[in-house]
Amino acid sequence: MFPELNNLLNTTPPGVEQGKLTLLCDAKTDGSFLVHHFLSFYLKANCKVCFVALVQSFSHYNIVGQKLGVSLTMARERGQLVFLEGLKSSVDVFFQAQEEPHPLQFLREASAGNLEPLYQFVREALKPVDNEEATWKCPVLLVDDLSVLLSLGLGAVAVLDFIHYCRATVCQELKGNVVALVHDSGDAEDEENDILLNGLSHQSHLILRAEGLATGFCKDVHGQLRILWRRPLKPTAQRDRSLTYQYKIQDKSVSFFAKGMSPAVL
Amino acid sequence: MLDSLLALGGLVLLRDSVEWEGRGLLKALIKKSALRGEQVHVLGCEVSEEEFREGFDSCVNSRLIYYDLFRDPLSWSKTGEAFPEGPLGVLRAICRRADPGPATIALDSLSWLLLHLPCTAVCQTLHALSHQNSYPGDSSPVKQVHVLGLLHEELHGPGLVGVLSSLTQTEVILGGLMGQASAHVLFRKPQQRPTYQTSWFSILPDFSLDLQEGPPLESQHHPDPHTSLVDPTTHLTFNLHLSKEEREAKDSLILPFQFSSEKQQVLLRPAPGQATSHIFYEPDAYDDLDQEDPDDDLDI
Repeated sequence: MFPELNNLLNTTPPGVEQGKLTLLCDAKTDGSFLVHHFLSFYLKANCKVCFVALVQSFSHYNIVGQKLGVSLTMARERGQLVFLEGLKSSVDVFFQAQEEPHPLQFLREASAGNLEPLYQFVREALKPVDNEEATWKCPVLLVDDLSVLLSLGLGAVAVLDFIHYCRATVCQELKGNVVALVHDSGDAEDEENDILLNGLSHQSHLILRAEGLATGFCKDVHGQLRILWRRPLKPTAQRDRSLTYQYKIQDKSVSFFAKGMSPAVL
Repeated sequence: MLDSLLALGGLVLLRDSVEWEGRGLLKALIKKSALRGEQVHVLGCEVSEEEFREGFDSCVNSRLIYYDLFRDPLSWSKTGEAFPEGPLGVLRAICRRADPGPATIALDSLSWLLLHLPCTAVCQTLHALSHQNSYPGDSSPVKQVHVLGLLHEELHGPGLVGVLSSLTQTEVILGGLMGQASAHVLFRKPQQRPTYQTSWFSILPDFSLDLQEGPPLESQHHPDPHTSLVDPTTHLTFNLHLSKEEREAKDSLILPFQFSSEKQQVLLRPAPGQATSHIFYEPDAYDDLDQEDPDDDLDI
């Protein structure tokens, strides 16, 4: 969790908002620091987290989590974190006979072409349990990242439907939050990714867009972050709906500063 | 502005973008219709009923019928609440309803329908909705029907947007500048030239419309209006122009690098107290004159 980002978004772990879809997007840079931020943020906020990790292994997220002050192993043991490790379980789809459909069943049955099993997995993971000893604040679904699903052969509409259902269940029914990362290839040829990105942007309440600098690589400024609040309508704060900051990723934190105000150039 | 948008009837297309969301304007139009006493049917595919009804007062909400396609559009939840006839079936059912009064049908959003259903089927249904007499067997003629369609423009190619545009009577393209929302409206009156109109507005929390002046024209070209107004020649620490006396004084001055005969004389004539001098140098016995290794005597 990066306190400076919390300040920019005007939020704290105790005062977490509910029922929101946050879209993380990266263009010409790596936006995974945002995923690590939200993972540690919601674990610290005592939320029940379902993490669909399709890009890295559990130990990778665990090591980064430890730097940010959360232990994913402990969170998983006490039932706060449900971790779907896409890299490992995709192998299970092929080599283990299973009675119930696997969350990543679409890898095996291309004809199905939808993510219903994955949605059922998320729903099952975040379903409130009566006899659970610890009470979690609100359920949170975190996906890293949705563009991988397109690469695995799904259509943009199938991924949009999956997020639609997650929104209907997690955000509306359970009053929780959804956070998802999508890459912006910036490539006009990749129509499916554009449809996915724009479709999700229209559904989301908050968009965080990490962009590489237009002027190229820089040692002291790693990129810029655009923050766009979409809903609800705030007519009084119309001018502040969109903000842009530059950032520098450090060992355990990220520092944000106004454009052109890097401590290295002042 | 709202009245003019609803004046023509038929299909009103609201084209919005990620940055300038059109749902606020859609809800403002719905409120307007409801307050005129019309029944409002909303086909909701993108937000929950609770979220859609938020902000409307009870008088508007009572006239609003929400068809919830948000919760379970593909019947994955297996709750059995979904519409078995699909979204277009819902629209046809609205079409055949008994109530003969004027009605408004809002599609939130057309983009969702177009991503899930064939374009031709959607366009045919839209045409049937906005021209109710296309159902010859229907015994209940409807005076006027407004169909409001919200379209997220980035999700569709230019061809599809063009097809939809040809079906519309009124088309609104939402945009904005400097935090101010704008609507470019295109009216297609039958047997007349299309007319354009641009309005600047903001939507109040109760979904009424506040028309505004819009940013000044010159600022639409210059992002920062202050730069052109400041005179750069004020408060300078030097003069840009010389007066006559100043120019004469300047011209009469001999600059140090200018060589004149007078100066030449001064340089050629030896100064009175100046005597020729020599430097005597006698090397010391221990002086090391060897240029090869100047540090030889240090004995390192």
